[in-house]
Amino acid sequence: MPIQYYIVLALVLFCIGIIGVLIRRNAIIIFMCIELMLNAANLLLVAFSKMHNAAATATNSNVGIEGQLFVFFIMVVAAAEVSIGLAIIVMMFRNVHSIDVNFLNRLKN
Amino acid sequence: MAITEIIFWFLSALAVISAIMVVVSKSPVHSVLWLVTVFFAISGHYILLNAQFIAIVNIIVYAGAIMVLFLFVLMLMNLNKETEPQKNLWMKLTGVISGGCLLIILISLIRQATEIKGKIAITKTGDIGLIKVLGKELFSNYVVPFEISSVLFLSAMIGAVVIGKKD
Repeated sequence: MPIQYYIVLALVLFCIGIIGVLIRRNAIIIFMCIELMLNAANLLLVAFSKMHNAAATATNSNVGIEGQLFVFFIMVVAAAEVSIGLAIIVMMFRNVHSIDVNFLNRLKN
Repeated sequence: MAITEIIFWFLSALAVISAIMVVVSKSPVHSVLWLVTVFFAISGHYILLNAQFIAIVNIIVYAGAIMVLFLFVLMLMNLNKETEPQKNLWMKLTGVISGGCLLIILISLIRQATEIKGKIAITKTGDIGLIKVLGKELFSNYVVPFEISSVLFLSAMIGAVVIGKKD
């Protein structure tokens, strides 16, 4: 498939994630939209890895493998991030009994 | 139309529609289930690109572990849709318009880019996505980041326990 199709698909998913972060007030939904954006980036990395592998010569067939390894490390970091983030959301729910992000301004004054 | 293109368009439509449903659905549990659908569609794209290891890890880690974690937290909180706070209509409209403007600008940039013109992401063939090749690379050139990521997991686990502990 042409690489433009994958780029446009990843951009559409990324912008849907951004719109979700902008229009929702539920902290868990916002967190899920961030996961959606991370997955769009992953899809783009894998597509570019296959593109570079196609463009390389046949003698060195491992060209472009770094993209897929970076996807692996992004997944590692995302898993750690989700565990910490959900712990923070649970702590916030225990304190204020809501997960509305508009209640998160208590550090202001 | 070849079978690869049919699968590509089907998976793309599934991913985009499910992503929209994640944002617009009222109940948070439905959002989680739609997000699982998005992850399966993206895993289908990985399989189409012959990145089998990434596809399996995506299903296991994202659709299996992370989404179950989200579901657990949602069900512990017992949110119902009557108490769900909503932004007012103008804020929503502003968010949609600004996100749409970003999408239009990025797509117009991609249409003008000359470096990627005519480049092909090969589907169905190529062996850089196989577990054997990726594992050899991971444990030869990338062994230090791999071990550091285990330290990251340990610190994340300790941090989650400390944050989630009562008082």
